[in-house]
Amino acid sequence: MHTIATGNRGVAEAVREAKPGVVAAYPITPQTEIVELIAQYVAQGTMQATYIPVESEHSAMAACIGASATGIRTFTATSSQGLLYMHEMLHWAAGARLPIVMANVNRAVAPPWNVWADHTDALSQRDTGWLQVYVATAQEAYDTMLMAFRIAEHEDVLLPVMVNLDGFILSHTMQPLETTPAGDFIPPLSLPHAIDIKDPAAYSPLTGPEYYFGFRWEIERSMRDARQVIREVEEAFAGKFGRRYGPVEEYRTEDAEVVIVAMGTLGREAQVAVDRLRQEGIPAGAVRLRWFRPFARPDLAGREVVVIDRDYSFGFGGVLAHSLRATTPCNPYSVIAGLGGQEVTYADIAQFVRQRKPGEEFWFGVESHGDV
Amino acid sequence: MFEIRIHSRGGQGGVTAARLIALAAFYDGKQATATPFYGAERRGAPIVAFVRICDTAIRTCCQVKEPDLVVVLDPTLLSTVNVLKGLAPGGTVLLNSPHPVALDGFRVVTADLTGIALVLDLVIAGSPLLDTSVLGGLAKIGVITLDSAKRAIAENFTDPRNVAAAEKAYAEVAA
Amino acid sequence: MAEIPKEEYILPTTSACAGCSSSLCLRYILKASGPDTVLVIPACCTSVIQGMYPRTAVNVPVYNIAFAAAAACASGMSAAFRALGKKTNVIVYAGDGGTVDIGLQSLSGAFERETDFLYLCYDNEAYGNTGMQRSGATPVGARTTTTPAGKAHSRKDIEQIVEAHRPPYLATACSAYPTDLFSKVKKALTLPGSTFIHILAPCPTGWKFPPGKTIEMGKLAVKTGMWVLYEREYGKLAISAPSKAAMATPLPLADYLSPQGRFKGITPDQVQELEREIAARRERLLREAA
Repeated sequence: MHTIATGNRGVAEAVREAKPGVVAAYPITPQTEIVELIAQYVAQGTMQATYIPVESEHSAMAACIGASATGIRTFTATSSQGLLYMHEMLHWAAGARLPIVMANVNRAVAPPWNVWADHTDALSQRDTGWLQVYVATAQEAYDTMLMAFRIAEHEDVLLPVMVNLDGFILSHTMQPLETTPAGDFIPPLSLPHAIDIKDPAAYSPLTGPEYYFGFRWEIERSMRDARQVIREVEEAFAGKFGRRYGPVEEYRTEDAEVVIVAMGTLGREAQVAVDRLRQEGIPAGAVRLRWFRPFARPDLAGREVVVIDRDYSFGFGGVLAHSLRATTPCNPYSVIAGLGGQEVTYADIAQFVRQRKPGEEFWFGVESHGDV
Repeated sequence: MFEIRIHSRGGQGGVTAARLIALAAFYDGKQATATPFYGAERRGAPIVAFVRICDTAIRTCCQVKEPDLVVVLDPTLLSTVNVLKGLAPGGTVLLNSPHPVALDGFRVVTADLTGIALVLDLVIAGSPLLDTSVLGGLAKIGVITLDSAKRAIAENFTDPRNVAAAEKAYAEVAA
Repeated sequence: MAEIPKEEYILPTTSACAGCSSSLCLRYILKASGPDTVLVIPACCTSVIQGMYPRTAVNVPVYNIAFAAAAACASGMSAAFRALGKKTNVIVYAGDGGTVDIGLQSLSGAFERETDFLYLCYDNEAYGNTGMQRSGATPVGARTTTTPAGKAHSRKDIEQIVEAHRPPYLATACSAYPTDLFSKVKKALTLPGSTFIHILAPCPTGWKFPPGKTIEMGKLAVKTGMWVLYEREYGKLAISAPSKAAMATPLPLADYLSPQGRFKGITPDQVQELEREIAARRERLLREAA
């Protein structure tokens, strides 16, 4: 099917194609359309999953954990407060090594109430052991969802994957979407530690310091292995469907002297800014970081860097800016913009580049700002 | 890139119209996006939605600041919202109105979309639906083709009066 | 009375306290359920009793899950097993904290959705695993580490809360009557949907009585009417034999309170309040059973 669809529908269509056995979810703006569509597919019979309309997000993730432990494919979707409410269970899902896939529609965190795009919800979950990927189009949402199941369920990974899409800006914007039967792209799930009543085991029992450490290391080892698995799955996807993404999406970076780095829709908006800046003679490029966990580590050596964070770690700085500082030699101009759905246009982004001051932090739309 | 801004009131179908226009443009072989601007809308409150149509991929998702065309589904908005903001001098306004309206320095195309909805009894909860007939007006102006407009509408509405509304608007609008 | 199977699913390597009644209960529960069973365990004494990695004392799969999440986890697990065409029993075995307090929301949701599972609450009337702090199930007047002067409020009636969800089967049991527990678990597992058994599990460590008196304390709870054994199948109430006898000629409440250190210092008003609770429950149950 080739049509135009919202990012939310891109997610729901991909989930139907991935054929999970159990979906447990709780609605929240702006994710609601995803769970409504899935409930509708199940009611129509175009999707064979059991849909569990749980009473909270904490229970949504707990139900996914219980289901996934039997070796069945599971999915949930949430946003913002819902993701925060799940926090305990996010750790549980990763620690229990369950390949649950979740769509998180990025939305600001209250108070005050705000339903618009912001990455703070997901970035607050960065240490839970979930793989995190950020998408920028409805097509990429669809494609990445399909890849997410295969990556999560890969024997070298067996960790949950969170696919992030910007609230409203992507979740509710209609864009071209081509859905194609996934066929055998996602192999049947074979969970090595699925519950087996013939081979009873205690799952996640009390574990002393002499063993606990080892389990933690196994998570990290799988995170590291996930880089290669992501590459392989993206390669397989490109071979089958003809679309290729990569850990980062680079735009006109070959000869760029200044590079804009951002995640989600701002990373794509930045590409328009690059075109504008090039017309002015500024050799700009854009890097849209897709995989935040495991961290994609773009090579920015020798370039000026302007980072846009749609998030903030209070008392520290922009999460993406600091992640880049820690992993590639750079002294970025750190722009904090787009919080709570603040409108950030390509013209604004071009201006960030023009006014860049390496090492400084700039809060877009806020009068006072300065060094961190 | 051709950019449209749609002004309406909650309940009139402005967001649906944006989606249908983008779909029709897509069926015309173009790239298209429809971006509703979500605030805390209630029934009757002024709302805006944006449509972009382009021959190549559309990377921007931000609000349309300098539209090539403005659609106004509720003429009472003319006195409360600056619907002309950012529209280039001589730019086109498609206005739902039973009477000709002059807006100094702009080209105004009027269409009696409310009248069409009432004639066809396209009314839900007391609101005449304008989200399908407006596609006929845009087809007449040449933004989309009538065939694609009808296809987009027919795929989303089973009631044939919706396609009829677009055809009627196409026939009535003088563009 | 069905014969109790000889197979043991609780191996003699638990890390339970001496005189623990909840591990005794679990022994009979698993004899009733048989091996095609998964236990879902939130944070509770059984998190520890089952043994530490890499050993386990339980010979069926045990799925440990976060405190508030047992019923929700079981929801997903039950749905998955049914989707896979398996009849495996999904049994939550949770303490009173995980049931009446932190886990109440997920319990309610799972019962509202008619999840096909058995929820067992073993109730030692306090947070036992963390060393006896008050819970919503702690009776008025009982001393705990967070109610050092005795609990000021009455306990929640979790049975009526669960009953409000109209489950096909709801029963009470007590570790001192293991065959009664065994047959109630058997019956619950034959019925579809969400079933619930509330088990009184006297705790020598927390209630402060000698470990050798665990069975006696359970019997005293029933004989004084502090605990009533009954079952409710599709709403129809039947009082179980030990409580029928006890309700006719109850022992004085003091017989139950005085051997327990936790009730040292209970005020006469609080004793009266307990007596009122007992009388009101007795009256309600007898009326409904008639």
